[in-house]
Amino acid sequence: MMNVEKIRKDFKMLENTMQGHDLIYFDNAATSLKPKSVVDAVVNYYEHLGVNCHRGDYDLSFQVDSAYENARKGVAEFIGAEEKEIVFTSGTSASLNQIAYGYGKFLNQGDVILSCEAEHASSVLPWMKVAEEKGCGIQYVPLDDEGRITLENFKKVLNDQVKVIALAHVTNVLGYEIPVKEICALAHEKGAVCVIDMAQSAPHMKVNVKDLDCDFAAFSSHKMIGPTGVGVLYGKYDLLQKMEPFMLGGGSNARFDMCGNILLKDAPYKYETGTPPIEGVLGFHAAIQYLSEIGMENIHAYEKELHDYAIEKLSKLDNLILYNPHADTGIITFNVKDVFAQDAASYFNTQGIALRAGQHCAKLLIDKLKTSATLRASLYFYNTKEEIDTFVEACKNATIENCLNVFF
Amino acid sequence: MSDLMQDPMILRQIIMDHYEYPRNHELTHDENYMTRHMASDSCIDDIHVESKISNDIIEDIRFDGVACTIATASTSIMSELLKGKTLKEAHVIIDNYHAMIDGKEYDEDLLEEAVALHSVGKQANRIKCATIGWKAMEEMIAESENHGK
Repeated sequence: MMNVEKIRKDFKMLENTMQGHDLIYFDNAATSLKPKSVVDAVVNYYEHLGVNCHRGDYDLSFQVDSAYENARKGVAEFIGAEEKEIVFTSGTSASLNQIAYGYGKFLNQGDVILSCEAEHASSVLPWMKVAEEKGCGIQYVPLDDEGRITLENFKKVLNDQVKVIALAHVTNVLGYEIPVKEICALAHEKGAVCVIDMAQSAPHMKVNVKDLDCDFAAFSSHKMIGPTGVGVLYGKYDLLQKMEPFMLGGGSNARFDMCGNILLKDAPYKYETGTPPIEGVLGFHAAIQYLSEIGMENIHAYEKELHDYAIEKLSKLDNLILYNPHADTGIITFNVKDVFAQDAASYFNTQGIALRAGQHCAKLLIDKLKTSATLRASLYFYNTKEEIDTFVEACKNATIENCLNVFF
Repeated sequence: MSDLMQDPMILRQIIMDHYEYPRNHELTHDENYMTRHMASDSCIDDIHVESKISNDIIEDIRFDGVACTIATASTSIMSELLKGKTLKEAHVIIDNYHAMIDGKEYDEDLLEEAVALHSVGKQANRIKCATIGWKAMEEMIAESENHGK
């Protein structure tokens, strides 16, 4: 069982106030807060390690190398991969762009890339670029009435032309988990590869890339209590070996000459050119250790409990529209009736509640949500039922009058 | 400035009125109008603003789009305030408006209903909403002035 009170003591940010109230941080889908052990790991690098990795021949350099590669090992274990299949990047977006750049080269005119109507820009835009350059088509898996991707709808659009399937494991707007394992199995029958954006899943549930059998995966450290500026690109090793990096430079080549001959290192190193954010990688390792100690299954179960508790209370309020009461994660997408999302967000701000007002891709909002913008409250394992109670009270009071009173 | 304009209730009423019944809230799509699409900022407001400026006079201002109360009301108020003004007069009003938003000294009488937005800076992230339509107008005034040179 999780001891949330004890956990909260590890997160210094939770001691902060906002607009005179204790901070209630419900914007975890955007980024997460960091525990002391992560901050300590970052500081420890600067105070006790301090030097570059993969470079020098002295003790400190060796220690940094070991710590850096241990982090790779930690990440590999965390998602059930092999160490050599873990590339450190600057984040999910960089990972997804690298995959599109690298694998896009193998696509030909007429090939099809499958995305979905609810996809995050970082998942679909790199493939739009590939499609434009290669003359490929992009098709979208239709969503069901709730906004979910179902296996049935996926089968409808899967055909022999499909070469790449780029989907989010959990969508960032509606928080639904897609059936990755089944999708990957069907894709492989057609000879397509699956690129899974795990930015919203890896922080919240146990993922095992070998069990899911996805070909590529991407996620960010900062959304899972680690430092910003670090992310992971997972790829099956033969695919990583086959692809080209989009950046070249120091650290990623074994040797080169002035005639233009470049011998790149093997994966994952050929993708890690330049000095990486070493402190970030070490902090990320501490984050993964912290999460693993609590247990991803426990985290997922607790978030589900919080989510269901919140939905039960929120669904009783007449002035709210809930768009995804059956979400599989702690993402609650809603609006206050007759109040524009941004106006409501400012009211929540005055109550010390951090949540996000945002727009979504046209197709999704017009066809499914029938609104131009929504509010999103996204939970994490350090949130509490008491915070949800406060949030529910704030929702009750989020009238247009109160939303405008914040300016006077 | 009357005492009424100090009353938060009245000021809130002005914002609500311009939000629910925005003035000049229809685009002409007339080619004699300049136009600006304001949507690239990080906030979620997405508006189009049109204006017709001839002989250094702002003859018309129109807008449309999806926006919050502050963006809608501030643009609506702006459209009423600057319509019919010379560019010179408009510059003075715009400068005073920005001074007010930035918490500096300003002439209340020049701003009329725009004073309803005087404390928008209390929610720092909403200053963008209170200036989005004004920025569009400033750009079009600049375009008009450059064109005249």
